[in-house]
Amino acid sequence: MALKDITLGQYFPGNSLLHRFDPRSKILFTVLFIAAIFLCKGLVSYGITLLILLMMIGISKVQPRVFLKGMKPVVFIVVCTAILNLFYTSGTVLWSWGILKITEEGIWKAGFMVLRILMLIACTLLLTYTTSPILLTDGLEKLLRPLKKLNFPVHELSMMMSIALRFIPTLIQETDKIISAQKARGADFDSGNLIQKAKALIPILIPLFISSFRRAEELAIAMECRCYHGDEGRTSLRQLRYAGRDYGLIVFSIALCAGIVVLRVVFGL
Amino acid sequence: MANDPIIKAEHLTFCYPDEPAGHPPVLDDISLEIEAGSFVAILGHNGSGKSTFAKHINALLTPTAGKLWVDGLDTGDPENLLNIRGKVGMVFQNPDNQIVASVVEEDVAFGPENLGVPPAEIRQRVDQALKMVGMYDLREHSPHLLSGGQKQRVAIAGIIAMMPRCIVLDEATAMLDPVGRRETVETIRTLNEQYGITVLLITHHMDEAAQAQRLIVMAGGHIIDDGPPAQVFQHVDTLRSAGLAVPETVALLYALKQEGFDVPLDAISDEACAQVLADLLKKPPHLGGE
Repeated sequence: MALKDITLGQYFPGNSLLHRFDPRSKILFTVLFIAAIFLCKGLVSYGITLLILLMMIGISKVQPRVFLKGMKPVVFIVVCTAILNLFYTSGTVLWSWGILKITEEGIWKAGFMVLRILMLIACTLLLTYTTSPILLTDGLEKLLRPLKKLNFPVHELSMMMSIALRFIPTLIQETDKIISAQKARGADFDSGNLIQKAKALIPILIPLFISSFRRAEELAIAMECRCYHGDEGRTSLRQLRYAGRDYGLIVFSIALCAGIVVLRVVFGL
Repeated sequence: MANDPIIKAEHLTFCYPDEPAGHPPVLDDISLEIEAGSFVAILGHNGSGKSTFAKHINALLTPTAGKLWVDGLDTGDPENLLNIRGKVGMVFQNPDNQIVASVVEEDVAFGPENLGVPPAEIRQRVDQALKMVGMYDLREHSPHLLSGGQKQRVAIAGIIAMMPRCIVLDEATAMLDPVGRRETVETIRTLNEQYGITVLLITHHMDEAAQAQRLIVMAGGHIIDDGPPAQVFQHVDTLRSAGLAVPETVALLYALKQEGFDVPLDAISDEACAQVLADLLKKPPHLGGE
């Protein structure tokens, strides 16, 4: 198992315009863009959003094939959605064989659904590819701060997220070690049926869980020793500041959403 | 050095609350003072109470009986908690389990952030702390890619950035390889010598303890010896009764002395010991003892 190859956060360092945006404005853009995708109805609105997305990918200077690679895990879902929409939409029948029939509406609908799913994935990938995980958690914490008034544990959540990100590589290294240790004791992870394979994972998971609990305990003590006492009176090394371009991006996202709504409601496109 | 004591314990006794009555206390009536700016090693075998004592200095544990003051603050008073933890930094055994952030400089900033230091000053402190431990060039690295010694230096930088008066290293070298151990000990020596930070090194490695100005030996919750290393190491029998091995140089000289040779026991370093042996060989053997 090549556990070391897993890249998490999937951040590609760079210095493009998209990299330089404040994480908060990028998160806002992503959310609004997703809303816009769901509001798309016809060829024109899909065309506009797709064009903007492709432009953004161009600006990000991240290789397009990286995006294609990132979409691989959803291929199965995309194919299923396409087939379901293709055969189960009623309308003008173009072709039929037994109970299977393809309608003109079905083709359009399947095409739009596939496009919608792919665009959703691509625009979230765009966010994670151009924003470092730390900035992402920082940005989320700042954006969600108003929810603190409703007793929503915003700071705690972002602290948990950043600690999780910090420990994932450490735990992967540890899993590798445990696998080697169990193999050295004659454990067999590769043969047998599904249930046997799942059972073979127990000797990996139990030591991993025990050591994670111990790590958590020690980390908690170390954090306490460094005066951690929640976010009360806490400052931050990194200060997020909106620049002119960030206001531009936010205005652009809102305008895009509004435009798509107008297209849908007024023109039905 | 006639400085005020930064740490002062009076009849400090500690028992774990869930242990049955009549069980001997982990710390039994300990009284001691540690001067500000000194480099003190606490030496002891497993279960001697040395780590329990260290946890008291940071108010992670509070005395069952007796008192402990850190820079004049009573650790038993919950009001003083944050204040004490700002004055005493602690470095633990496992470097992986005390690094909080996924970037070196972020982790060093964690302490000052908790103290509410203004961002511009955090930046300054982080850069300075990383330079002091020689990790400035790796400030944007991910901690899991560093060696054990480097991680421990990052942990030390994280403490320095809080500008404490005292650093406690609780077996901080126990999980490191020899290179990592040397890096870590050298780093803390520099901090002590150049920046006047009080260092409390808790260890069971003799060669590390030998570098301190003062050596406190603990066994069974008591202090059984206290003094400069050269003096403490002469009490070979006391140390051995506590299950501790003396440095190889002292062990050799001690064996020679048992055989009737007139050798001093305070030649701890390899060079000093070699010199003693050379002098001994130059002298005609008959004139030595009788």
